[in-house]
Amino acid sequence: MAELRASAARLLVVDDNKVNRLLLSRNVELQGYHAASAENGRVALEMLRREAFDLILLDIEMPEMDGFQVLEHMLADRQLRDVPVIVTSSLEGLENVVRCIELGAEDYLSKPINPVLLKARIGASIEKKRLRDQLRDMVRRFATSEVAQDLQQSGFALGGKRVHASVMFSDIRGFTALVESQPPEETIELLNTYYTLMFDAISSHGGVVNQMIGDGLMALFGAPLSLDDCAGSAVAAAREMIELVEQFNLGRVAARKAPIRIGIGIATGDVVAGYTGTQQRATYTCIGDTVNLAARLEAHTKSAQRAILIDAATRHGLGAGVQLIALGDVQFKGMAVAEQVYAVAQDSA
Amino acid sequence: MTDVVIDLTVFKELQDTAGEDFIKELVDTFLAEAPQMLNALRDAAAAGDADKFRRAAHSLKSNSHTFGAMTLGAMARELEHEGLDPARQADAGASNALDALTQEYSRVAARLAGLCNG
Repeated sequence: MAELRASAARLLVVDDNKVNRLLLSRNVELQGYHAASAENGRVALEMLRREAFDLILLDIEMPEMDGFQVLEHMLADRQLRDVPVIVTSSLEGLENVVRCIELGAEDYLSKPINPVLLKARIGASIEKKRLRDQLRDMVRRFATSEVAQDLQQSGFALGGKRVHASVMFSDIRGFTALVESQPPEETIELLNTYYTLMFDAISSHGGVVNQMIGDGLMALFGAPLSLDDCAGSAVAAAREMIELVEQFNLGRVAARKAPIRIGIGIATGDVVAGYTGTQQRATYTCIGDTVNLAARLEAHTKSAQRAILIDAATRHGLGAGVQLIALGDVQFKGMAVAEQVYAVAQDSA
Repeated sequence: MTDVVIDLTVFKELQDTAGEDFIKELVDTFLAEAPQMLNALRDAAAAGDADKFRRAAHSLKSNSHTFGAMTLGAMARELEHEGLDPARQADAGASNALDALTQEYSRVAARLAGLCNG
């Protein structure tokens, strides 16, 4: 497998000097990799934007565009930022090495290059890239693509920023009774189907599910990536969730199983969103009165006997197309002032 | 500084790792490219083009070291680091340095050709 992987790796040798270019390409090919070459930085960038490479061997001193400039361009380009670069240069001076590393170079080898050292560094870089790609796939799977994208763009840092967003809470009514009435395997299967449907509805409207607890979930619209119409998107997602559950219930009733019902609460306002936890384990979440209100609204769906409840700020963000029923002021526990609550009318209701 | 034109340990190691046939081709490439670097050095010195001068010296240094031409490499390195001093450009020193470099290159070229065909 290692041989297969090695032979599949494609390297780009960038050097203005023909002797260096030929010798480096030769060394790389003798190690079982494919080598392509470019005679200056400008040509190299053109090739990098056209085809995929696993690793770049980059000279610094070159006409037209030097290695430092190539590194700067790559750092600014999200597509190219993760391609590992080993600088191969006969430029002397520690400050040049430091500058390359600061610009994202993986390693710095002085010319003339020792082939054994080159082999070890190429192997390590390619392996590191493979692990990084694997890690990125994992992050995608567990953290939603929006959080993964945010992590990739701005890096990981604990702490939050203030953003305008809509927060949604949703859970299954009478879930405890349901769990007790059926084997645990069936509950897991039910939850998996339910979550798949809810994730689809939420992400197709630009939302991000950031927490799942039992049968409940919390979703954000407008964070970590900003959304033009967060209130409208959240309400549209909520209506789609209700519709999907109704369709899901048709199948359950046909299989002589009890239909499920869900309640959804949505509140809009400023929240502090960011990564909380420790350096080892953290989660993307948001905090603020808006979050509390959304949770209270979701809980209130039970006594109000409505599927979707929203606050006044969410209502302000909605267009004329959504039918609302004003339920008046409700004084929630732990809230300083009474909140105006609106129910979203269902088309089918 | 050593008087040896080509450090044979470096050259043999190069042949061993890259293959004799390939090194023969690589020497041919160097012999075709190096005169252009020497010309570039003279042109740059005449035109007062410090960037071009430094780059040509840098290239020549790099290739000399690759083949084990340590003396030529050291001379090129000196030019790279001293750079082109406009005040010194007209004086005979710069021109002498380039003449010495060209002479050393002739020795290197002859020796490399001999090693590849020997």
